[in-house]
Amino acid sequence: MSHTTLYDKIWQAHLVDEQDDGNCLLYIDRHLIHEVTSPQAFEGLRMSGRQVRVPSKTLAVADHNIPTTNRAGGVEAIEDEQSRIQIETLEKNCAEFGIDHIGMMDLRQGIVHVTGPEEGFTMPGLTIVCGDSHTSTHGAFGALAHGIGTSEVEHVLATQTLAQRKAKNFRVNVVGDAPDYITAKDIALAVIGEIGTAGGTGYVLEYAGPAIEALTMEGRMTLCNMSIEAGARAGLIAPDEKTFEYLKDRPRAPKGADWDAAVAYWQTLRSDPDAVFDREITIDAANLPPLVTWGTSPQDVISINGRVPDPATIDNEARRKATERALAYMGLEANMPVQSIEIDRVFIGSCTNSRIEDLRAAAKVIEGKKVADRVNAMVVPGSGLVKKQAEEEGLDKVFLDAGFEWRDPGCSMCLAMNADKLSPQERCASTSNRNFEGRQGREGRTHLVSPAMAAAAAIRGHFVDIRDF
Amino acid sequence: MEKFTTFEGIVAPLDMINVDTDMIVPKQFLKTIKRSGLGANVFDEMRFRPDGSEIEDFVLNQADYRQSQILVAGDNFGCGSSREHAPWALLDFGFRCVIAPSFADIFFNNCFKNGILPIALPQAEVDKLMSDAKQGNGTVLSINLEAQTITRPNGETIAFDVDPFRKNCLIEGLDDIGLTLKKSEKIDAFEAERNQLAWC
Ligand code: SF4
Repeated sequence: MSHTTLYDKIWQAHLVDEQDDGNCLLYIDRHLIHEVTSPQAFEGLRMSGRQVRVPSKTLAVADHNIPTTNRAGGVEAIEDEQSRIQIETLEKNCAEFGIDHIGMMDLRQGIVHVTGPEEGFTMPGLTIVCGDSHTSTHGAFGALAHGIGTSEVEHVLATQTLAQRKAKNFRVNVVGDAPDYITAKDIALAVIGEIGTAGGTGYVLEYAGPAIEALTMEGRMTLCNMSIEAGARAGLIAPDEKTFEYLKDRPRAPKGADWDAAVAYWQTLRSDPDAVFDREITIDAANLPPLVTWGTSPQDVISINGRVPDPATIDNEARRKATERALAYMGLEANMPVQSIEIDRVFIGSCTNSRIEDLRAAAKVIEGKKVADRVNAMVVPGSGLVKKQAEEEGLDKVFLDAGFEWRDPGCSMCLAMNADKLSPQERCASTSNRNFEGRQGREGRTHLVSPAMAAAAAIRGHFVDIRDF
Repeated sequence: MEKFTTFEGIVAPLDMINVDTDMIVPKQFLKTIKRSGLGANVFDEMRFRPDGSEIEDFVLNQADYRQSQILVAGDNFGCGSSREHAPWALLDFGFRCVIAPSFADIFFNNCFKNGILPIALPQAEVDKLMSDAKQGNGTVLSINLEAQTITRPNGETIAFDVDPFRKNCLIEGLDDIGLTLKKSEKIDAFEAERNQLAWC
């Protein structure tokens, strides 16, 4: 095949059936499930007397609703009854249908998008789905990975396939040398700021170019994670030596001769030089400033040196109204400098930025300093393995000495389903991916930033330019 | 799934862009292990104060719109998470159809799987329907999926596009899994070959 993109290749390799009307059946290699979007799928299977077609291709881990403190008593001791029932229901469903389940007390437990790669469940060239929109994270490995709804979870369980129509190809070229302080999070925010939250609708994004090749696997996961915030079905990065290095010897990665065969195949997984994309943009990472969101949509991106926008200068009525509403919700004045915005909380965590590299970056900023009096700050590692490694490196001490809380892994205040949430009007510098109204707690105010920027804000009590810190 | 052919329903305006799934059903209601009952929580944080009392000016709290079955909204409706709780909550409230200039991908898919018809129309057409909806007073639109038309109160009809396969599934009330299982042989053959690969 020539002129084809990475997405075209993976798509083609999974096509079970293609109807004349363009509706296709795609084979699904890997399915991740968690406690919140799977119960109704299993209920559906039971009601229709269906089985799970290939139990070994699904892996379960509870994350959304799991407590991040006081876990010693195990699942039975979870205080919130509804959370406990969801987590127990996942365990029971997995036992009944023969699905591998990583329990809360297992060291490998973590956010599903952190655990999948750590286990080597995520690999290049595979199709991966999960009932969670940030499944796009796994595209960092050159896998076609996207979120699905609960009906589709049931469909995948029953048939190991998904009904799909092909998306279009969109290449995001990121050129230039990103300076040290520009992280994958800043690149992700820059992309969303540029194309908007609906800019990727109907597309699969492929990130390419020198600044992408320079990213670590952690950074690539951060970037692909936020593809969904640009409306895209998935994000993709062609696998390379870094990808193979990351996966080698992971528990579920192939071994011996199988590994060599896999790598030989994975090396073919890239867009052809003359591949045709339906849309392309180029971003220069060398000139990006550290970025912050000011509003209630991830596209509300602004430079750390910028000012909050003024609705009076916006002609488009729908945009102006949305901006006014966002400023009122966020409790901000038009034109105020971003660095003057004071914060109450800091959240370092989520499937966007809770991996070891993120924790290292934050720890480096705060080492030997203290969290500002007005701020309550917490770190929620992405998995038990990340937590353990951080503790081996002494990062927990750095955080605790500075006045951060050091939690157990889970989604936590990324979506505030468990007890970790903002109070009304509380303002948070967060390393997560969504700043929607109420996302981190009713009437809570979220600003999305990189881990280093969140850490610096924790120390000063307001946003600061990491370059001056 | 209930069959969807033609129906008349009261239309409600939600004149906002980027209505996200967190607004449609906030996460505290995702703790359920059932599909039903979420209608009470649809748009919860816009609809109710923290003490549970109603926010009077929210559209669905107004007498004219409490029985709405059709929602007209702004661009990029349903953006955000993949939670199917969003269409479940809309359906449980009584909505069978959402009309907007554009929809987020996963939400759009999820609607069809639950018997809700999402209709994307050019902004100018949405504007007309939005102004119909704002009249209140039990204003109804009638939707004919077979003919792919919406009839306004003034008798004007607006045509819309829908994928023929999905249209058929809605009209027949077909179950996706049942349809796919008819292709079991193809899946078996594909899988047998794929399982030979060292990396699968
Ligand atoms: S960390 Fe946040 S975005 Fe990621 S899976 Fe959990 S809730 Fe979703």
